[in-house]
Amino acid sequence: MAKIIIPTPLRKFTNGEAAFESNGGTVKEVVADLVASSAGLGEQILDGSGNLRSFIKVYVGDEDISALDGEATSVDANAVISIVPAIAGG
Amino acid sequence: MQQLVIHKEAEKVMLADAVDTFPNECCGFFYGKETADGARQITEAQIVVNSKEGDQRRRFEISPLDYMKAERYALSNDLTLLGVYHSHPNHPAVPSVHDLAKALPYFSYIIISVMDGEINVLRSWRLNEEKGEFEEENVKVLV
Repeated sequence: MAKIIIPTPLRKFTNGEAAFESNGGTVKEVVADLVASSAGLGEQILDGSGNLRSFIKVYVGDEDISALDGEATSVDANAVISIVPAIAGG
Repeated sequence: MQQLVIHKEAEKVMLADAVDTFPNECCGFFYGKETADGARQITEAQIVVNSKEGDQRRRFEISPLDYMKAERYALSNDLTLLGVYHSHPNHPAVPSVHDLAKALPYFSYIIISVMDGEINVLRSWRLNEEKGEFEEENVKVLV
């Protein structure tokens, strides 16, 4: 199963779990699977249309999915997916 | 006030980075453990490149790739990514409006004030989501 790493600021929605596993075949399916089993998480990472918010990036392995097929990027059973929030300040 | 204990070696890494990077802002991650009551202990700090384009004396940014690596590092070393540090060159160790605008819940935000190239003070802050403001943490350095 593909593994998705939950960033620490979002782990309160996953009962403290650092990772989640899914049988989804694309990034979109895995994220949907995660959101369905983590109450409150969807509002944090998805917009009103169900797409990933612009300040959230997703990586499959070392690749940003925006350089691949976006949310349609396929993932295999060994894939490690990362949800990445923007970090900045002044 | 939440407790934040910093191991001396981790503190050294952050303070040295703040001085070395002056007059620009430095930034990085720190790792450790959190107990059930919310108290945190930082055992390790890691310098990260300030990827902000333009004036780095007033802004910092961490690349998504560096963030991704940090979470992976924490997982593989049985640690928790507890937060982000950065410096305020010639400014107090108090969060700016930009810090608040970009603040994520949960994380501790350590700010190091560097005045004229020398360490002034290190303070740490955590976002109170309900109030939409930072609350200071009680920092202790473990020698």
